[in-house]
Amino acid sequence: MDESELAAVPKLAGKAMLRHDNVRDVELLLLPERVVLLNKSGAAILGLCDGNRTVQQVVEQLERDFEATDLVNDVMTFLKDARGRGWVVVT
Amino acid sequence: MTGMPQPFGLLAEVTHQCPLHCVYCSNPVELYERSSELGTDDWLRAIRQAAELGVLQVHFSGGEPLVRGDLETLVAECRGLGLYTNLITSGLGLTESRAESLVSAGLNSAQLSIQGDTAESTNLVAASKRFDKKEAAARIIRDAGLPLNMNVVLHRVNLDRLDAIIDVCVEWGAERLELANTQYYGWALRNREQLLPSKTQLDEAVGVYERRKAELEGRMELLWILPDYYEPYPKPCMGGWAQTALTVAPDGRVYPCPVAEEITTMEFPSVRDHDLEWIWADSPAFQAYRGTDWMPDPCRSCSRKELDFGGCRCQAFALTGDAGRTDPVCIHSPDHHLVQDALDRANDGANGADGDADGEKLVYRRPTVSARRS
Ligand code: SF4
Ligand code: SF4
Repeated sequence: MDESELAAVPKLAGKAMLRHDNVRDVELLLLPERVVLLNKSGAAILGLCDGNRTVQQVVEQLERDFEATDLVNDVMTFLKDARGRGWVVVT
Repeated sequence: MTGMPQPFGLLAEVTHQCPLHCVYCSNPVELYERSSELGTDDWLRAIRQAAELGVLQVHFSGGEPLVRGDLETLVAECRGLGLYTNLITSGLGLTESRAESLVSAGLNSAQLSIQGDTAESTNLVAASKRFDKKEAAARIIRDAGLPLNMNVVLHRVNLDRLDAIIDVCVEWGAERLELANTQYYGWALRNREQLLPSKTQLDEAVGVYERRKAELEGRMELLWILPDYYEPYPKPCMGGWAQTALTVAPDGRVYPCPVAEEITTMEFPSVRDHDLEWIWADSPAFQAYRGTDWMPDPCRSCSRKELDFGGCRCQAFALTGDAGRTDPVCIHSPDHHLVQDALDRANDGANGADGDADGEKLVYRRPTVSARRS
């Protein structure tokens, strides 16, 4: 795993809005022209992309929250995809 | 209420007032007077009820929504309810301070429409000389930190300018551009002879779209909204009647889609008289064409009926006078000649060269008729 990638700081794109939908009881990502249904881990990852935490810190937080280990690859894969789709910007 | 779909989107047409006069405007041919518009409290109630129904995104449109001074109040209510808000604007009337106050109220995104790539085309299509205002609006939207989405309606008069239109949107910093081929309702149907492109013209434009889409990948998203007259099967309009979204018109009437206002044989309920929940789930208008049970043949026995839901009810009504018929765009429709004849005329050289439009023949959207509904 590339050190610089772990040190990057991901942030939810300004146009995107994360929320829980009480009517349907699902986690959603709202964008200008679409609504994306997220799974639990996707919602948890995006929820931590606050522009302060590094990727490394996002991984550590998730491992604590989910009482899991070795999440780094899953998180990196998800974030790469999310970035490509314009959901997340990286600084 | 099992199986009842839940709407995702609310199109809030807050006013029919508009500084432009587009020849393809999808507003009804008879526009409502300002005095018949819903007040702020009515809108706030409608927004709350929409959120309870499951609506997640509210698109503020019109007319020109900026005409309403209470837009910030409505946006703030949405934000408080966790709803995503989008402003659909012509850009006229958007100042820096207005953009700022909308963003502070919680506005999430904006869509700016243009009519062409130059001031001349704006004037021909929208009878407005304010192309400069649109460029300013694009900058104001971006400076306010909003994602800039742009939209242009395509037709015989501007299709040949597609490359230049895309250039303008790139230059102005759009993230996404919707290339919406004209849909023939309302004002556009009145102007169909002038607006319907020839097949050759359309094919060339598709080539431009494909080339630019590949070229701009990663910079600007390009979307092509199909010209349904040239398709063999109709579009699955909004995922079927009353399935995914609803429209509240300036006077409070509620429609399954913005153009359903055209269906004059149906009685649509108003948020002034009913809860949105009853309107969505139980009102006769919303139930009328939901699902597939209402379908006549050829749709009833067609394998595509769950794919396109028999096409657009508004188009069926506009062309045949009966909203319950198969969309005439469909090659299986007994009314298909209504579309085919228009296509034949558009492809007959005698109708003038492509890209020529006779400004004198265009009928501009003007609120000359008073509201029909009492
Ligand atoms: S289509 Fe043109 S005239 Fe109609 S509401 Fe939009 S900007 Fe105004
Ligand atoms: S017959 Fe009806 S269901 Fe079949 S393709 Fe045509 S419009 Fe669609």
